[in-house]
Amino acid sequence: MSVRIAGVASTRYGRHDASSARELFADAAADCLADATVPLADVDAVYAGNFMGELVEDQGHYGALLADYAGAPSRPAVRVESACASGGAAARLAAHAIEAGAADVVLVGGAEMMYPVDTPTITAALANAADDAYEESVGLTFPGIYAAMARRYLREHDAARDDLAAVTVKNHENGVSNPLAQFHRPVDADDVLDARPIATPLGLLDCCPISDGASALALVSDDYARERGLDAPITIAGSGQSGDALALQDRPALHRIPAAERAADEAYENADVDADAVDVAEVHDCFTIAEILAIEALGFYERGDGVRGAATGETAVDGRIPVNPSGGLLAKGHPVGATGVGQLVELAKQLDGSHPNQVADARVGVAHNVGGSGASAVVHVLRGA
Amino acid sequence: MPAWHAAFAAAAAAGDPYYLHCPACDAATLPPRRVCPACGGASLTVRPLSPDATVVTHTQIHVAAPAMRDDTPYTVAIAEFDEGVRLTGRLVDADDVAIGDAVELGARPRADDRLVLTFTPAD
Repeated sequence: MSVRIAGVASTRYGRHDASSARELFADAAADCLADATVPLADVDAVYAGNFMGELVEDQGHYGALLADYAGAPSRPAVRVESACASGGAAARLAAHAIEAGAADVVLVGGAEMMYPVDTPTITAALANAADDAYEESVGLTFPGIYAAMARRYLREHDAARDDLAAVTVKNHENGVSNPLAQFHRPVDADDVLDARPIATPLGLLDCCPISDGASALALVSDDYARERGLDAPITIAGSGQSGDALALQDRPALHRIPAAERAADEAYENADVDADAVDVAEVHDCFTIAEILAIEALGFYERGDGVRGAATGETAVDGRIPVNPSGGLLAKGHPVGATGVGQLVELAKQLDGSHPNQVADARVGVAHNVGGSGASAVVHVLRGA
Repeated sequence: MPAWHAAFAAAAAAGDPYYLHCPACDAATLPPRRVCPACGGASLTVRPLSPDATVVTHTQIHVAAPAMRDDTPYTVAIAEFDEGVRLTGRLVDADDVAIGDAVELGARPRADDRLVLTFTPAD
């Protein structure tokens, strides 16, 4: 695959009380087209991720709405919903549209508002990513599902809750220096272990926050970039996506995310690279355990060794394989429908050398975006100049 | 809840739970599947499920959705049955549970009369 990332932008993730999904998306879209030096008139199609607009903003039909407020009301526009993988799935579909020759310029993004409703209501909305009949009906929340996976992982690999805390400490440290991040304060392991319980063994600081925010990319074809003389050396070199049973109870392995393993294999093969070639990764750390499962799925660690990543410093910005230098979902925030696109925004900055937490000599980046507890997984490989 | 789930929970409450068996590949699944996810076979048959199961993971929920808010903290477990299926249920008649514990499937009505699948520690 060779689809060019001509421009990127994200709003700050966090609380935007005076805003809305359409306004945040319009800001991100305008900034990314300006970054790309691509005129709005050249946009052929719009793909936008959003997960829970019906429940938070009493709004549906986000494809048309977001395209309209981005200034492209006549363009074909589609909302993509794959729970927390909505943004990654939108980027994949947009890249496929360019590869198929159906479009030369695609505006792909995502937007989510979460703060307008209270915590129990957003807990119920997030639980819609799980199986309503078999999981939500007995009171299993979304943090509860990952907590159940964490419990099994710790048992299988003889690890402890303390081992998870190092992920939060690392990602919050990275968030301090990322101006787009929701949190800019460091935390230590005791803060994580002493935080109030959400779903045991996970506490508040094992969980990403709720967030408002939007992200956008301008994707263009090789031909368009050449004809317009664009300086757009960063490409989406590989894309993979896989699925699985929606309910955790229907998946044989409770402490792995096989869909992410399959998506990673496909993306690496598509890009003709292997895990050893990756210089930097943005992964779906919706919970501490999720980052550990991610770096195992991506092939950076053997199963059971992922707990070593943050604890040993190997996944720090200056480590062997830097993971979530943006702060990740834990510190940068998780406006659900925007997150997968936001990961690509962060990686594009790494590959052009402009990231606030720059990884030295980053040439190959990987984004890992998971929906639900692993029923959707999207992995992208980005290549720099 | 959809009718299939109400029927499934009612059967569990009555001590007559069931599962789906695929004659083509022997896989065990749960209603309301039409097609076997393992082999694509479309001749799934209903078989009785033994109510005895073993806990494979669990969590105590402290922050719940509005409908369950008054129940917190409560424990949810996933348990595995000899037939090969797993179910997710609310732990009742016990404060805590551990991986490997034997539990028994049931279902109990909530205030709105809707049935919730439950696990009770086995004697």
